[in-house]
Amino acid sequence: MEALIAIIIAVLCSCGVYLMLRARTFPVILGLTLLSYAVNIFIFAMGRLNSGAPAVIGSTDTYTDPLPQALVLTAIVIGFAMTAFLLVLALRLRAESGSDHVDGLRESSASLSHTTSHTTSRTTDQQEQQP
Amino acid sequence: MSHLAILPILLPLLTGLLLLLIPARHQRQIHFLSVLSSVVLVALTATLLVDAGTGVITVYALGNWMPPFGIVLVADRLSALMLVLTSTLGFFSLLYTIAKDVPHGGQTFHSLVHFLLMGVNGAFLTGDMFNLFVFFEVLLLASYALLLQGGGLKRAKAGLHYVVLNLIGSAIFLIAVAILYGLLGTLNMADMAVRVAALSPADTPLVAAAAVLLLLVFGLKAAVVPVYFWLPRAYASASAPVAALFAIMTKVGVYAIIRVYSLVFGSEAGELAHLAQPWLWPLGLATLLLGVIGVLAAQELRMQIAYLLIISVGTLLAGVALNSVEALGATLFYLLHSTWICAALFLLVDLIARQRGDAADQIVSGPALPQSVLLGALFFITAISVIGMPPFSGFIGKALLLQAASGYNAAWLWSVVLMGTLAAMTALSRSGSTVFWRTNATPMQTTKADPWAVLAIMGLASFSLGLMVGGDSVIHYTRAIAEQVLQPKIYIDAVLGHRPLNQ
Repeated sequence: MEALIAIIIAVLCSCGVYLMLRARTFPVILGLTLLSYAVNIFIFAMGRLNSGAPAVIGSTDTYTDPLPQALVLTAIVIGFAMTAFLLVLALRLRAESGSDHVDGLRESSASLSHTTSHTTSRTTDQQEQQP
Repeated sequence: MSHLAILPILLPLLTGLLLLLIPARHQRQIHFLSVLSSVVLVALTATLLVDAGTGVITVYALGNWMPPFGIVLVADRLSALMLVLTSTLGFFSLLYTIAKDVPHGGQTFHSLVHFLLMGVNGAFLTGDMFNLFVFFEVLLLASYALLLQGGGLKRAKAGLHYVVLNLIGSAIFLIAVAILYGLLGTLNMADMAVRVAALSPADTPLVAAAAVLLLLVFGLKAAVVPVYFWLPRAYASASAPVAALFAIMTKVGVYAIIRVYSLVFGSEAGELAHLAQPWLWPLGLATLLLGVIGVLAAQELRMQIAYLLIISVGTLLAGVALNSVEALGATLFYLLHSTWICAALFLLVDLIARQRGDAADQIVSGPALPQSVLLGALFFITAISVIGMPPFSGFIGKALLLQAASGYNAAWLWSVVLMGTLAAMTALSRSGSTVFWRTNATPMQTTKADPWAVLAIMGLASFSLGLMVGGDSVIHYTRAIAEQVLQPKIYIDAVLGHRPLNQ
């Protein structure tokens, strides 16, 4: 079971890191979500893996540590709130800049050369200052 | 048993909730309640500071659950000092928003400020590692919303980077906490310190790895070298009172570094003793140097001040790395000074920018300021103070810090800090003379700065003066903090020796 959990954490974590390195906000958010799943399983595993044992002392001979489960719950709630906030923020950036590039670059310029995209981002900055 | 220790968390929470319930049309009442609450907070934290000054460590066990099983709040000298710093900063930032012409974002602004204060206060008070994570998240979530107040593409961009980076930081924090819990079986920091001291050699490398991960997370919060790139853009795009309030956020990271690496991995941690100090020394100096380059290269006043904040973080970390009573005492003195004065500068630059029309806070020649004498004098005083020239507090802080170093360390610290001082002086005199002197003759037809806003800046700047006049007693106090912090046994005994209340 340890090996399986370790592999799951590794796969989730590497997929999360890969997605976070993308230049679009949506994959970045997905990547963060995957990473937080990996972290949650990791916290859970740190309470030692034990099957068929209740999280209550005294009812049976073996018991599992209930604390990591409480920690995971807290982490899930916080992670959920943060993801929701990030999604709204990404939508707002999409509305403000007209693309979902993480640096707010325009759709056309993102695929063009670096210098062009730089000037475009400047123009968008100026446009923003005008009103 | 006194409930004083938990009030700095409860008061902002309740105020924030109450302010949400008041309809937005009652702006006056919202302002009044918000500022009133921050005044009460200053009084509360000052009481805690006096209490802690006697050397007593107040331990508050939530729900009467005894440490190491329950969550504890611990108010020692260091926590109390940081609380006073936070509450004064909160008060002056809120005072600044009283001004009628200051745009301060949406109607939730005041609630969010109080939630931010709650998170910061909680982070300073808690004695539990996971609880520290939770309070970090509380203050971060409030800061995300505050940063985005007012809207605009620039804010949305800086905000997205800030949020994503901090979420990654939170994930790393959780990994580190999980490793520590898995190997030490506790989350209470005092209990952790005891267990780290008695760690089996097989587990040592993993605990060390967790400790370094924690350093990375705290470094991200404090804006240390490889992970500081988010700060200048985020702070430069935030509205003025928010940026002033954010001056405390990097200090939360510095506080967490001091707390964790003096208590859990401090002098009594056996093999892992003083784990962070060899890292902090080069990182601190590198942060300082890169901050200097940023200050010289900045095109806008706000960006320049954000880099001054990075310089101060670098100086602080170098002081922490020296790890002696003198150095840590000087570091804490410098921490007080740099936080107050950077906040004052952020507020002041906002006033300056609003009298310059389109030139705003860019360091180019623009229209003359209608109130150039008042704003120029304030800029001159705060700039001298932040540079570290006599007669203001920055000079005392830097001189004490330089004095505390010895040997090779002194050679490095003196050269880097003095170079930074020279560069900051060059940069600020250039921007000051450009903004105030190289102007067109015709001043803009703008409204005068609101007296409340000027009062807030003067209040913050007067702390710099106060630190100089009352320097002796402040240094005495910060030295006492350093003595307490560098002997983790006092803290551990106070927490683990805490007895339950009688029912």
